[in-house]
Amino acid sequence: MDARTTPALLYLDGVSVAFDGFRALNELSLTIAPGEMRAIIGPNGAGKTTMMDVVTGKTRPDSGEVTFDGTHDLTRLDEAAIAVLGIGRKFQKPTVFDSHTVLDNLRLALRGDRRASRAIVWRETGAERERIDAVLSTIRLGDLRENLAGNLSHGQKQWLEIGMLLAQDLKLLLVDEPVAGMTDAETEQTAELLKIINRDKTVVVVEHDMTFVRALGVKVTVLHEGSVIAEGSIDQVSENERVVEVYLGR
Amino acid sequence: MTTRALDRGTLAFLALVLAVAIVIPVLNLTTPESAALHVPTYLVSLFGKYVTFALLALSIDLIWGFCGILSLGHGAFFALGGYAMGMYLMRQIGSRGVYADPILPDFMVFLNWKELPLAWWGFSSFPYAMLMVLLVPGLLALVFGWFAFRSRVTGVYFSIITQAMTYALLLAFFRNDFGFGGNNGLTDFKDILGFNVQSDETRAALFAASCLALALGYLICRALVASKFGMVLVAIRDAEARARFLGYRVEAYKVVVFTVSACMAGVAGALYVPQVGIINPSEFSPANSIEAVIWVAVGGRGTLVGAVVGAILVNYAKTTFTSGPLAPYWLFLLGGLFIVVTLLLPRGIVGTLAHWRAQWRARRKARRGDDGKAVEPLPAE
Repeated sequence: MDARTTPALLYLDGVSVAFDGFRALNELSLTIAPGEMRAIIGPNGAGKTTMMDVVTGKTRPDSGEVTFDGTHDLTRLDEAAIAVLGIGRKFQKPTVFDSHTVLDNLRLALRGDRRASRAIVWRETGAERERIDAVLSTIRLGDLRENLAGNLSHGQKQWLEIGMLLAQDLKLLLVDEPVAGMTDAETEQTAELLKIINRDKTVVVVEHDMTFVRALGVKVTVLHEGSVIAEGSIDQVSENERVVEVYLGR
Repeated sequence: MTTRALDRGTLAFLALVLAVAIVIPVLNLTTPESAALHVPTYLVSLFGKYVTFALLALSIDLIWGFCGILSLGHGAFFALGGYAMGMYLMRQIGSRGVYADPILPDFMVFLNWKELPLAWWGFSSFPYAMLMVLLVPGLLALVFGWFAFRSRVTGVYFSIITQAMTYALLLAFFRNDFGFGGNNGLTDFKDILGFNVQSDETRAALFAASCLALALGYLICRALVASKFGMVLVAIRDAEARARFLGYRVEAYKVVVFTVSACMAGVAGALYVPQVGIINPSEFSPANSIEAVIWVAVGGRGTLVGAVVGAILVNYAKTTFTSGPLAPYWLFLLGGLFIVVTLLLPRGIVGTLAHWRAQWRARRKARRGDDGKAVEPLPAE
């Protein structure tokens, strides 16, 4: 393994991505420290989702550096390889495997050998079963384990997806608008859940909902037109004139 | 869901196929022609043809029903397996051909060729020919799938290029100088493994072999879909991006299942050819592949048994209609059937029955008030 180049868990430097001339990311630089929870906010088109696409290997940047854990150059890896390194992603719209049971969704997510040849001969071990039970109790879906994921409510699907990310045993979790479409009670529970996850994992949350970001109480990064325009606590950034101008539209 | 490859339904289906494999040949060979239960030889071959179609349908259901890969060119793999068998059968003719050349098949003598083309070498050996039945479709699927899936060609775009693939092969096999009999294809077969292909006994044996191949193919499909491999296939069908971000190399899974499916289609084609007595380029026609997809849709995709049921029912209907006064309207009927099934019975025949059964069970459980096991996962819509 190469020598570590940065203490940061995730390090983006001068990342640019253009789609047909539209600059989705413009010299974006960002560092996330190990164990941190960070909220990323910004108006539509600020480049939040593109940033996640770059980190998870879905989009290759035109220029710039993306380093994970100080040693892995993420611009050279595809989604599957990046997932195996320990970076997980939660989509904005809950994405689970509808025709599998809750249990099978977690089985598929559980950290393990992903090769097709191993999948054919796979048998569940007791240790795997225990890990799944632990995840089920964290996401409070234990009673629904035999239900098809497609029959879950919107909020339950969100939790199942978060549970799948837990089962993956990740180092870094990217969460895209986790509370979109949730009730107030669900939003509150989700904030609690993310805080629990943050105890041993680094979390990056992209969110629109300011009450939710405030409830998280973490450092906030504001994106605009593909670059960072402010960073700090929620109170600091909401007093920043430039943020007020672009984000709140005043 | 991972340990039940051999559940009750699977065992019942296997027992049924094996029983048919024995009963039909016995009724054909041991009963006199006047007996009520006698099965005439032409019917044995006709049923044998249906069984090979059922195996082709099964191979399509494996990729379409479980992994969402809609191949509209699976007839190509079927035809390639058929050609490999046809080439073996041509070499068995030997000097009994019209031109009595001990080495060259008639069409090569007719084209004034002096020696056997390289592609035909080895086909006088049955084991070699059987190897090619698996290898040629398998290799084509491997290479084609590798390029298509690695480039993330999915959905309707994949379906279109598979149509193009089978059409390109159709055009190539039509050419005389391609070396596989051109327009006329391969026919006038005499022997298979030393037995006369026309004799009742050989036809009965070919029927039984087709049933065995169907049973084996079904067993392979069950083993695959009941394993974690099968769980990943369904996961890819439901949410491909999620599977990728979980670390599964989606293209690898797709290439494996596509190749297995193509090999099964090749075996089906190889068993089809000696029973119908001819293989020609029309087997590559895009319409054939689409028809095979309709069988699966009618039976119910994602159910395996449905593919078999659909293939046999639709082909039985085809035989009935095309031998009567309604013959000119068969294609309208087939198209109408597809529309009706898509609109009114999107789960297909077997899928709908399974759905009703699952609903009934769920209701019964709800009435009892115990929260036992969940309803079975439903086949794809």
